[in-house]
Amino acid sequence: MINPASSASVRRYKKKSRLKETWRRMKKNKLSLIGLAVFSVFVLVLIFADVIVPYEVALKQDMANRFASPSWTHLLGTDLYGRDIFARIIHGTRNSLTLGIAAVVVGMTLGGTLAAVAGYYGGKIDMVIMRITDTIFCIPFMLLGLSIVAALGPGLRNILIAITITAIPNYVRIIRSAILTVVGQDFIEAGRACGARNRFIILRHVLPNAIGPIIVQATMQVGTMIIYSTAFSYLGLGIQPPAPEWGSMLAEAKNYMLSAPHMIIAPGMAIVLVALSLNLMGDGLRDALDPKLKD
Amino acid sequence: MSRYVIKRILICIPTLLVITFIIFSIMELTPGDATRSILGQDATEESMQELALQMGLDKPFIVRYGNYIIDLVHGEMGVSYRSDQPVFGEIVNRFPTTLKLAVGSMLIAIIIGVLLGVLAAVKQYSVMDFFGTAFAMLLASVPYFWLGLMLILLFALKLGLLPSMGNSTWVHFILPSITVCVGTTASILRLTRTTMLETIRQDYIRTARSKGQNERKVIFKHALKNALLPVLTVAGIEFGNLLGGAVVVESVFSLNGVGCLLLDAIKFKDTPLVMGCAIFLAFFFMLIMLAVDILYAYIDPRIKARYQKM
Amino acid sequence: MSDKLLEVKNLAVVYNTDDAVVHAVNGIDFSIKAKETIGLVGETGAGKTTTALAILRLLPERTGRIASGEIVFNGENLLENSRKEMRRVRGAHISMIFQDPMTSLNPTISVGDQIYESLKIHNYENKSKEQLNRRVDELLELVGISAGRKCEFPHQFSGGMKQRVVIAIALACEPQLLIADEPTTALDVTIQAQVISMMFDLKEKLETSMIMITHDLGVVAQTCDKVAIMYAGEIIEYGTVEDIFESDRHHPYTAGLFGSIPDLDVETERLSPIEGLMPDPTDLPQGCKFHPRCKQCMAICASVLPPKWQEGEHVIACHLFAKGE
Repeated sequence: MINPASSASVRRYKKKSRLKETWRRMKKNKLSLIGLAVFSVFVLVLIFADVIVPYEVALKQDMANRFASPSWTHLLGTDLYGRDIFARIIHGTRNSLTLGIAAVVVGMTLGGTLAAVAGYYGGKIDMVIMRITDTIFCIPFMLLGLSIVAALGPGLRNILIAITITAIPNYVRIIRSAILTVVGQDFIEAGRACGARNRFIILRHVLPNAIGPIIVQATMQVGTMIIYSTAFSYLGLGIQPPAPEWGSMLAEAKNYMLSAPHMIIAPGMAIVLVALSLNLMGDGLRDALDPKLKD
Repeated sequence: MSRYVIKRILICIPTLLVITFIIFSIMELTPGDATRSILGQDATEESMQELALQMGLDKPFIVRYGNYIIDLVHGEMGVSYRSDQPVFGEIVNRFPTTLKLAVGSMLIAIIIGVLLGVLAAVKQYSVMDFFGTAFAMLLASVPYFWLGLMLILLFALKLGLLPSMGNSTWVHFILPSITVCVGTTASILRLTRTTMLETIRQDYIRTARSKGQNERKVIFKHALKNALLPVLTVAGIEFGNLLGGAVVVESVFSLNGVGCLLLDAIKFKDTPLVMGCAIFLAFFFMLIMLAVDILYAYIDPRIKARYQKM
Repeated sequence: MSDKLLEVKNLAVVYNTDDAVVHAVNGIDFSIKAKETIGLVGETGAGKTTTALAILRLLPERTGRIASGEIVFNGENLLENSRKEMRRVRGAHISMIFQDPMTSLNPTISVGDQIYESLKIHNYENKSKEQLNRRVDELLELVGISAGRKCEFPHQFSGGMKQRVVIAIALACEPQLLIADEPTTALDVTIQAQVISMMFDLKEKLETSMIMITHDLGVVAQTCDKVAIMYAGEIIEYGTVEDIFESDRHHPYTAGLFGSIPDLDVETERLSPIEGLMPDPTDLPQGCKFHPRCKQCMAICASVLPPKWQEGEHVIACHLFAKGE
């Protein structure tokens, strides 16, 4: 006969806070922790950019030292005007990161409001809102964004407006789909059967369950928005040089790709690192929030 | 079924109208002057005003919009402010390039995305899964235009293997297609993996195995067919992203396509050209979505049954 | 050589999940002869489905593991078979019908093709397409579905009809053993009777042995020759149908099962279920696994595994019977 091994730990059915549970599961995922760490570094750079490297260094030209390869004095080399690339990347972090985060926050808020209004009132209003959203969705992303930016003029603020507006239809869909998934489940029906009022159900059941997937998407969208904003800057529609911005740095570097490859590699890698860390975090969050998906 | 298709095509029209309205508003209601762009920086106020009258730019917005739509219905897309060429002609000239780029990218994205996605799902938790997922994540984090530049650096400039500009042969489309499809490949890979994982857990897969069917047929004949349905939908939607990405990539690789045309037109505030491009691209996108819907109905007999009744 | 078609000896199955090890089956023995039907009875979680999957070696690859034992079919130990050999067995010698007909069929393939597939896989005599197609028609008629419907898809059939298709697939290659895992649980009661009766007729006609997994004692009484009652991964009582239904000696669990069936003729105010729940398979109790719920529990039950008391074919694993009368 087999002697069943008794489990090592006795299960304690204590009610754990949802946040702590999610954090515990996320901690297990080494990769997402790395992502979190890298992203935190970027956030720190965002905050302490001036402390790490004074802003002037990013602008200082040094024509004698153009196209210098990476060295101890210039960690990432210099660009076509002899400016220190490392300093420019550090200060460029501010623009890109702020843009990405702001776009997602504002976009999700507006999108969420629209989705909520559409869902709450239902019927004709729902249909109208969704129709308009779907129509805007039909316009290829860059097309709409470019039109807006070109119309408003170049500059960081206008890029922000452009990518936020372009992203809103997508966010409305994401939020609406997350909410519908939760509302469609049986436990909502059960809550109603118990006599709970709509507002209670929304606050207590719908929101906590829907917010998870939304946050996961939001995290990953920040990376996407950063990439889009740098694309606009690359096309010359962003903040104008000599201000440091990753996208415009890439545009400048394009002409010197062969002779000074370090110019083009650095800003690109910076974008990749930020986006990658965000995606890793988002992925880890997704697995942590719904362990069933891991199976 | 054909009634459904016709109905869907008809719905495109109001959508297109709304799109034209949006773009037209953006172009016309915001600062910046086409006349200045046409006449150059040192144009005098008078010459600009004269030109504006000639072009009918003094009329109220609604009138201008209305005129545009009326012309459009008659098949007249207007004349480019900048080049003075008919808009329609300009676009049609360049459309094949963009089409080749978009189709090429889609094919690459689907083939690589689905294959790797299936492998990752079937060998979950193995090295294959890890690399597949990591690969998708990397692709999703790379700015595609930068990747294009790096590809040019490596393959064209350093190795001299592939051309970096022009669009004469299909070889010219290799690097640009790879560049554009990056984000889409990542999406398709991840989605295929997810749907395959779900599908493999379905009861009917167990039934197939219990018949003694070999694993390869179980995966490809039973699982994949069902798993690909949502992927198909997403692929259609991603097409819009591809078109958007094409706009930038065409300029990176000096491909003379509609995207490139659009970019210049926007910078120049060449409204007729912008409108023309926008309508073309949007309509093309909607056709793809329609095609996806129809394909979906053919593959999934449950959906087909629903549409037979329509 | 024994005349036993299938002999399961000391089978143990565990699932290694991320959180804990689940002891699903803990050393069971039973056997079936040709043309015999054995009922495997027990509550949800007793390990019945796991046993069935283990026989066909269809346990989930990553987590399921056969920890010990032998499964001897037609003289060969299935646990030693290669994957290819096992594929030969599945469908052709041993078939399985699963619990939920709604999800057991591939929604994108016609029912005719799904039956055809089974025939094609095991087409060892190299029959032609026409011959196989004719067989598909035959099978559909056999289960009471018009052959003209073979190009239709699963969603066009009702639950009961779907289950008939599943049965057609399972019997397509005339297997020697059919494992039916709660084939009617998901169906309406009226359809249940139809399907059970049809299965029974087919079984007789094709001379197939059957393992009928169910928690419905009524079905067992109708269809089975032998019965094995499972609890927490063990067979705690085993015998012929007469032994189980008519003998006055029973394992306390069995007694509880019979006692909980409401009697049409007697008026009662409350039902009498067995108190408590089946133990957590990751944390099984020492000694007899039923002892926490047993009204006749003795001191020894909590520490020593009960021996098997046997009378003829009737086996009970309980300390009450080992002591003597």
